Amino acid sequence: MKFAVVVFPGSNSDHDAYYAAEHVLGQQAEFIWHKDHSLKGADVVILPGGFAHGDYLRTGAIARFSPIMAEVQKFAASGGPVLGICNGFQVLLEAGMLPGAMLRNRSVKFVCQHVLIKVEQTDTPFTNACRVGQVLRIPIAHGEGNYYADPDVVAQLEKNRQIVFRYTNAQGVPTGEANPNGSVANVAGLCNETRNVVGLMPHPERACELAIGSADGLVVFESAVKAVSQGAFAAVQ
Amino acid sequence: MTITAENLERHGLTTEEYQRIVDALQREPTLTELGIFSVMWSEHCSYKSSRVHLKTLPTTGPRVLQGPGENAGAVDIGDGLAAVFKIESHNHPSFIEPYQGAATGVGGIIRDIFTMGARPIALLNSLRFGSLEDPLVRRTFAGVVAGIAGYGNSIGIPTVGGEVAFDESYTGNPLVNVFCLGIAAHEDIIKGVASGVGNPVYYVGAKTGRDGIHGATMASAEFDEKSAEKRPAVQVGDPFMEKLLLEACLEVMRTDALVGIQDMGAAGLTCSTCEMGSRGGAGVDVDVSLVPQRESGMTPYEIMLSESQERMLMVVKRGREAEVEQIFDKWDLHAVRVGEVTTDGKLRVRNRGEVVAEIPNRALTDDAPLYRRPMAEPRYIKEAQQLSLASLAPPVAAAEAFTRLLASPTIASKRWVYRQYDHMVRTNTLVLPGMGASVVRVKGTKRALAMSVDCNGRFVYLDPYAGAQLAVAEAARNVACAGGKPIGATNCLNFGNPEKPEIMWQFARAVEGMGAACRALDIPITGGNVSLYNETDGRAVLPTPVLGVVGVIDDAANVVRRAFRAEGDVVVLLGETRDELGGSEYLKAMHGMIRGVPPVLDLKREAALHGVLVEGASSGLIQSAQDCSEGGLAITLAESCIGTGHGARIDIPATMSAAGFGDIATLFSESASRVVVSVSPEHEAALMSLAARARVPARRIGLVTGKRVQIAIDGRTVIDEPVAEVERTWSTSIERYFEPAKAIA
Repeated sequence: MKFAVVVFPGSNSDHDAYYAAEHVLGQQAEFIWHKDHSLKGADVVILPGGFAHGDYLRTGAIARFSPIMAEVQKFAASGGPVLGICNGFQVLLEAGMLPGAMLRNRSVKFVCQHVLIKVEQTDTPFTNACRVGQVLRIPIAHGEGNYYADPDVVAQLEKNRQIVFRYTNAQGVPTGEANPNGSVANVAGLCNETRNVVGLMPHPERACELAIGSADGLVVFESAVKAVSQGAFAAVQ
Repeated sequence: MTITAENLERHGLTTEEYQRIVDALQREPTLTELGIFSVMWSEHCSYKSSRVHLKTLPTTGPRVLQGPGENAGAVDIGDGLAAVFKIESHNHPSFIEPYQGAATGVGGIIRDIFTMGARPIALLNSLRFGSLEDPLVRRTFAGVVAGIAGYGNSIGIPTVGGEVAFDESYTGNPLVNVFCLGIAAHEDIIKGVASGVGNPVYYVGAKTGRDGIHGATMASAEFDEKSAEKRPAVQVGDPFMEKLLLEACLEVMRTDALVGIQDMGAAGLTCSTCEMGSRGGAGVDVDVSLVPQRESGMTPYEIMLSESQERMLMVVKRGREAEVEQIFDKWDLHAVRVGEVTTDGKLRVRNRGEVVAEIPNRALTDDAPLYRRPMAEPRYIKEAQQLSLASLAPPVAAAEAFTRLLASPTIASKRWVYRQYDHMVRTNTLVLPGMGASVVRVKGTKRALAMSVDCNGRFVYLDPYAGAQLAVAEAARNVACAGGKPIGATNCLNFGNPEKPEIMWQFARAVEGMGAACRALDIPITGGNVSLYNETDGRAVLPTPVLGVVGVIDDAANVVRRAFRAEGDVVVLLGETRDELGGSEYLKAMHGMIRGVPPVLDLKREAALHGVLVEGASSGLIQSAQDCSEGGLAITLAESCIGTGHGARIDIPATMSAAGFGDIATLFSESASRVVVSVSPEHEAALMSLAARARVPARRIGLVTGKRVQIAIDGRTVIDEPVAEVERTWSTSIERYFEPAKAIA
């Protein structure tokens, strides 16, 4: 199977997502330039981390207008699995593919550290190899990861089981202390209503090997492989 | 026009230097030419005071692929790959405008690395500030850290480590030294040369504005109360533009269409044109009216001297222009042809065709003034070297001194700093910041590279020769602790005003010491940077020759980190503790003084120690290793417990010292060439015999056990604290200056 890693000008975790898919997982991966008009037959699309277009405006605000995003929208609408990591998550929010918005971190500082997140939903193409309640140790690295949505929207997300990952302590409890950025309801990652589009602030691609501190993120990619091989989220190309 | 005395002063040129200019040109210079000479002959670009000394440093070796003189040095790391690295200062801009000063320092050193054809994969920094009690210092410190984070995080190169130290001498003149390392295949290394008559010269990157005009001359003058007025001389960074340049340049370099490339850093277009021409033995003819400009009405003088960031100059092979232009177009950058390579060895600057400057390249580069400035041993040295412990107030209890030292900002955890840096992007970081020397793996190989930047300015202040040697030893020792064999170094020499004989003496002695230590440890220096005039209102910073050492680890699986790993492991001290409190953190933190002589350093023994560490790591004997530096053995033992939470029960023999100072010297003496390692019991004998063969003193001093840091001297317990408490004191000390309520991020 093939992962497409979209490269926006300013993407900086594109190589890491590619490396995780191609070298750690042993799957095929291909960079897709943001001006391209084709996803080149990919089975899974990753919008990687970084600072697309410098993020001098709101994060992700310009990237959503890149030509490739029309293809990503079509791919998602037809059920294709799309994963937005960090800046990629921010792009998905700006593109309206996921609800809500990002604020600056509560500390008003960039934060890079390992955090714990709990998998709350396993019926998405990026968590189907997880256990419900599984706690993953994965790094974050962002200045604007303070997720916000109106109370009505949050209620809706809870009702629809769209909150996929939450910042928690080691026991899986979403405490204030475990929340590294002030996100509402400790939200670390979400899915859309049809569950095939997932965005998260932590970087699973940076946690695929014990040598670099954690291999807990690998399950996110393994889930995608499982989903595609089972045809559960097949895109109509 | 006539050049007035006032004109010369504004350009930082002496009347003798002016006469040299007239001699080189055989006529009076134009104002544009005067500007060009002034920046190229500034201390910052010409190294006119330092060059005679720098020439004595060892710069060659079997692994050296590129020594000093290029944008960065390069050493062979095996597998056909090279580590390309350099350290550079951005001290003066960082005081005037901390965020942008530090950010553009990061941008500048990254350009130096990818200009060589290398993909940058790691950043480190060495920072010095005044006391954190001072609100202005806190503002500078926070701004510098945010600037480094803002640039490095955005461009996606991890800041994997470094060092931060505090001393009042840096209050009005912080030091911001940034190190960058990249990886290139040997055959892909490209240089900053212009050659091939008629080859087109291209400009690419950000447009040229009026920012940074005279940055190089600013960096070559002392600060005074008017320094804030120099703010327009600080450039503004755009990491996004540099990210585009980085990717586009690396893509262009893969085409083989370039002859040479150089970034426009200090002295901008001036420096890149004349240096490239000079290296290639060619001339460069450019028309400034073709240079993309951000503002209207810029004069040739301003265009040539602008230090706008994120700009590159390239010489392209004739006939390959379209290929190069196409790649830059892809990245929405516009490569503009601004001139061509000529045969006459001159820098010729035109404005709409009309020649406004014409200078032999060599006059600006190799033939720039060279000074053998007068030197004199500073009067303070003899006095400061006198240390009488007996005359000091009696020391506090060892346990109290231990806690206070743990919280001393120079020793305490730098978590508040490195948490703001993206230190994991590129997924190569094998040792997280704060856990030992910085180590990144080299993808596609089994290897990893260990890096450390170090200098204890107090030691250099007390004895520049010995202090510089200790800096080399410490940086190399840190690399060896991780299991890295040191293979190359880069230096950043931060000193005061070289026109003062005392400062020049400090500089010369430090360079001598550095050279001797590098020769003894077989570590060539492949490049670096000199930053002089680090003074405010006539007071110089502590002389701070920072050394950045790179080591290679053949098998990344054998990386050693600082913290204890398993209950029951044996703790061994390699090296000996002597009564050496001179220049120590203890004296500074507890008695507010920098006095005495630095610890004695035996370079042979230091080299032998590194051998034991590297072999012990590669053979899998060593579980953890942490060197003894600021705060001595007691602090090293504490640091070995922090992170994994393992405690230790230690018993060390007493070190004799002045009455009442025995415990203090035993615990906090900063004797060189010492490392605390842990080994599993079954490997203890092997490690001991490895050390014995190398004639490195080794002593079993205790066990990894429990959850407390317990240290006894000859069986008498002097420190007994829970690891959790030690860790809290150490890790929150700096944070508490900024987040009194200890708010969570």
